[in-house]
Amino acid sequence: MTTDIRQVYRRLYLIRRVEETIVDIYPTDKVKSPVHLSLGQEAVAAGVCSALRPEDVVFGSYRGHASYLAKGGNLNAMMAELFGKATGCTKGRGGSMHLADARAGVMPTSAIVGSTIANAAGYAFGLRRLGTDAVVVSFFGDGATEEGVFSEALNFAALKRLPVLFVCENNSYAIHTHVSRRQSAQRLVERVRTYGIAASRVADADVLRIATEAQECVQALREGRGPRFLECATYRLREHVGPGEDWDLGYRSRDEALPWIQSDQVTRLGEMLEPRERAALEAAVEGEITAAVAFAEESPFPAASDLQNDVFA
Amino acid sequence: MIEERSLSQIDAIREALSQEMERDDRVLVLGLGVDDPKAILGSTRGLAERFGSERVMDTPLSEDCMTGACIGMAMAGLRPVHIHIRVDFLMLAMNQIVNVAAKSMYMSGGQQPVPLVVRAIIGRSWGQGAQHSQALHSMFMHVPGLKVVAPSTPLDAKAALTYAIRDDNPIIFIEHRMLHGFTGAVPSGEVLRGPGSCRVLRRGGDLTLVGISYMVPECLRAAEWLSTVGIECEVLDPVWLSPLDVEGINASVAKTGRLLVADNAWLECGASAEIVAGACEALGSTRRLAVGRVGFAATPCPTTPALEAVFYASAASIASEAFRLVKGELPERGCDLDMPREVREFRGPF
Repeated sequence: MTTDIRQVYRRLYLIRRVEETIVDIYPTDKVKSPVHLSLGQEAVAAGVCSALRPEDVVFGSYRGHASYLAKGGNLNAMMAELFGKATGCTKGRGGSMHLADARAGVMPTSAIVGSTIANAAGYAFGLRRLGTDAVVVSFFGDGATEEGVFSEALNFAALKRLPVLFVCENNSYAIHTHVSRRQSAQRLVERVRTYGIAASRVADADVLRIATEAQECVQALREGRGPRFLECATYRLREHVGPGEDWDLGYRSRDEALPWIQSDQVTRLGEMLEPRERAALEAAVEGEITAAVAFAEESPFPAASDLQNDVFA
Repeated sequence: MIEERSLSQIDAIREALSQEMERDDRVLVLGLGVDDPKAILGSTRGLAERFGSERVMDTPLSEDCMTGACIGMAMAGLRPVHIHIRVDFLMLAMNQIVNVAAKSMYMSGGQQPVPLVVRAIIGRSWGQGAQHSQALHSMFMHVPGLKVVAPSTPLDAKAALTYAIRDDNPIIFIEHRMLHGFTGAVPSGEVLRGPGSCRVLRRGGDLTLVGISYMVPECLRAAEWLSTVGIECEVLDPVWLSPLDVEGINASVAKTGRLLVADNAWLECGASAEIVAGACEALGSTRRLAVGRVGFAATPCPTTPALEAVFYASAASIASEAFRLVKGELPERGCDLDMPREVREFRGPF
């Protein structure tokens, strides 16, 4: 499988521009809920999801805009969800932290760090039992690797040789706390290998290398060779929650971010495309985003009578 | 023609599992020890041989992850039954049960139901102690999105478990091991019973006596004794605790004007409080009610039999409190109800 740079760029650009659009809209208070933006981290979801088929499934985290969009979640429904509208992907029940689009294989996310890692492993068990060769990707941050459920899920997935790719988006921070203040040994890949899981690390967020690694992992999953683990170093350019920058807080410096800004994958891949092709692609994405914002604006809020629907199936 | 025979509750539970696994190959049973020689007190005996190790699956000691994995399996289209030999272990799974299973359907805007059954056993008696004897059903009753059932008879155990496996929602199925040996008529064929109406096990006009789980047979023993002193009880078993048949209970209370709830649990913020509140809200403004509750003492469960005996509610404490509600004072000579046979005769080591 060769990487389609155009498709990867489309995902990168879409995620970047959707997030920037949310930043622009946020001061209007039309998005009345927390947002955990993926700005700076686009390459992980864009690279990994380029290796997936429509029938494959992703489980993300509350910082889930990137995985939702990269897997093909409906953009109109996402924007309407952020606006709290009845046409939102979860009808105004989930919001930014719980985007889901089952038809696109985007499973519900959780605001409780690490929770969906176990769900992803179980889903992989289910897929295999139902006799498909579809695979599951579990996205989580470095903080989730400190939760007990991470270790439990690695063990279970390895024990049952489940078709699940664990992807750690390591942005070095849990809210404002650096990984060096949380983990005694920052040797994640080594730790995972002790479970008998093949694991690798992409240290520079090179989206094409992430895509290649993911393709190899997914191929192994489809062949029933057991779970895989991929650690992708990345960098969060905005505050933990909210639209702003937070260099003024003092827990990290802008200098630390500079290498990541200089190697920005959206810029890099954009420059790899032929200018006219790039312009057409970007114009198409801009049109989709404009339409999605209009769709969200024009959609109705849910009726009060909708409050108690969907508690039970 | 459905054959009626007498079955123990443990056999009724095994029959429900077996029949549902036979009927639907998406059903699977998992949990610590489900395929071991003791087979969850016998309730999974023979299933692994019949349905294979992928459908009757022992698990790592990872209640948190395995509950989450069951949720993932359910999302993918399987129908897992996750078994815990003690309810107490569910405390390790609360995040997945409360934050994920109960909310997935709602948070996803109806896209993602979670058809999951969690079978959890209350381990009263014989020195089980504070972490092996709790009954925590009210914790789950508190959370929208979960259904909770605590059957007391073999028939209701089979019918409720069958219903639970076919239902598309997460269901907490609470068993009491003192009830496992009770026998009763159970049809050999399909039998389903979901929430809707409580069981009326005895008719009477003086007092409504609601028993939960293992307190149901104790309420019946208490009602027998009360009848000998001229007090006739209406004994109800809600079976389903959430959703609860409040109307059914209140219909009886409207008749008797007195309500006593015997729970196999602590009273504080418990199922008994919910049932009493439901009666007071519906009937309290229109008539005078006498209400009472009996359950665990407000302490962790001790191990010594000397203290265990006073920790638990019993037919005797139920009968005394019922007598007080009706007559305004405790029975002068007490009530000569001893410990039930299943508790007296229980032997360990587990």
